[in-house]
Amino acid sequence: MTRAGWIRLFLIAAALCLLEAACRLGYVSRDAVIPPTVMLQGTWRAIASEEIRADVLLTLQNVLLSLGLSLVAGTAGGLLLHRTPRLRRALDPLLASYYAVPTFVFYPLFIVLFGLNRWPLVAIGFLFAVVAVIINTLDGLARIPRALVRTAAVMRLTRAQYFVHIILPAAAPWLFTGAKFAVAYSFIGVIAGEFVVSGAGMGHAIAFAYNSFDNRMMYGLIVLLFVLVGGINTLLWTWERRLYARLAGR
Amino acid sequence: MSADHLRLTGVTRIYPPVEGHGAVHALGPVDLALRQGEFFSVVGPSGCGKSTLLDVIAGLARASAGTIAFEGRTIAGEVPDGIGVVFQEDASFPWLSAFDNAAFALRRAGVPEAEVRERVTHTLNFMGLMSFAGAFPAQLSGGMRQRLCIARTLVTRPRLLLLDEPFGALDQQTRLLMGDELLKLWRETGATILLITHSLDEAALLSDRIGVMSARPGVFIDLVETGWPRQRDSRIVSQAAFGEVTGRLWAALRDQSIKALAMAS
Repeated sequence: MTRAGWIRLFLIAAALCLLEAACRLGYVSRDAVIPPTVMLQGTWRAIASEEIRADVLLTLQNVLLSLGLSLVAGTAGGLLLHRTPRLRRALDPLLASYYAVPTFVFYPLFIVLFGLNRWPLVAIGFLFAVVAVIINTLDGLARIPRALVRTAAVMRLTRAQYFVHIILPAAAPWLFTGAKFAVAYSFIGVIAGEFVVSGAGMGHAIAFAYNSFDNRMMYGLIVLLFVLVGGINTLLWTWERRLYARLAGR
Repeated sequence: MSADHLRLTGVTRIYPPVEGHGAVHALGPVDLALRQGEFFSVVGPSGCGKSTLLDVIAGLARASAGTIAFEGRTIAGEVPDGIGVVFQEDASFPWLSAFDNAAFALRRAGVPEAEVRERVTHTLNFMGLMSFAGAFPAQLSGGMRQRLCIARTLVTRPRLLLLDEPFGALDQQTRLLMGDELLKLWRETGATILLITHSLDEAALLSDRIGVMSARPGVFIDLVETGWPRQRDSRIVSQAAFGEVTGRLWAALRDQSIKALAMAS
């Protein structure tokens, strides 16, 4: 592990110890926050519960669906806008102000469109994530060096070869940034949707535990959520670092 | 040498009007005939259309008027087989090793892997890069990256090599040495070379003939025969005849450069 990694680990451990001590010594009300060790017991209880495992699985499926759809549609949308500058100029102000729109207001519409199933939540996660992917794809495409584009033309690459062998690797750092945002936004969209309006999933389970004053389960689920999101982001981060190391020739 | 490996007849390039800016007559009409195996350089003031000329010959841009024939076949806005281009900017693929960079075009063209390895190894050896075959471009110096780009073009065995100021970003000493390398590969491959450069010394050192272009719209105002033997290297810069060639180039270019400067300001 790098020095920065050790420092990060130390800071997290120190914060957890501080919170543990503050809760145990009564500086923080246990009605509001429980000690981290008790949170972990709640996490274990959640993992052991078949019902909660089904909720976690449902949430992960919904997140994966909205993530996959947003990555495919966002990359395709970015490519389309890059190739049609007039359309891009027309849509630029809308893209810039997109996140000012509360996507959840469309939930009733999605229920009408898709029915009472997972798809309204997937749609919310998708809407949250897709624009971040579009914006980063556009950014990446705009930064592909002109010399590489001209080299591809001289080599008479087919469109598919050009996309796979030039565009994807050259724009990879920006596509990665878009993917990282998409992971975060997909989780936010799906979990928040489940929290407010759904009858299943991790968000619903957290809301249910909250309404039942079951702090141990609520915090346990929140810890589990942190672990899941952190794990996925760490995977992406590791992959991205390898890519950057190669680009930097290390 | 046989006649007309490349022939340009009345080639003109006019950029269409874009958002409030009028049409720009960048080039021509240009007439030019390159002999098979000739080393031809183009010099001219900034913005005179040198790179536009290269783009049109390479098929990267379409001529607004006139015709270009390469080995008797007309080029019309598509990159023809047998032409290789090296650009001024670093065009190496940073995500590939030097070997994979050099092998890129061959692999995309479906050349068998054994032949790819043989041709790439030969070319990297020739360019003095074999010991860096596993290195990524970021681990190479600017001069080595440009040699890698030349190697990547050479493995495709182009019969016409178009070079757009390939040594523009390098220091003077490195440019002279790279010029020697270029002359060596020119002799070995027998390719026809068209070099775009803003350096009169570079043009005078490397070329059999030099075309001097006017300020925009660029047309050839003089064609200078250097008279150098095929076996030559950078040591000719110390010869009196070298000074005479650069002197003649500058005499033809000076007024055009002043005109180009006035147009730019």
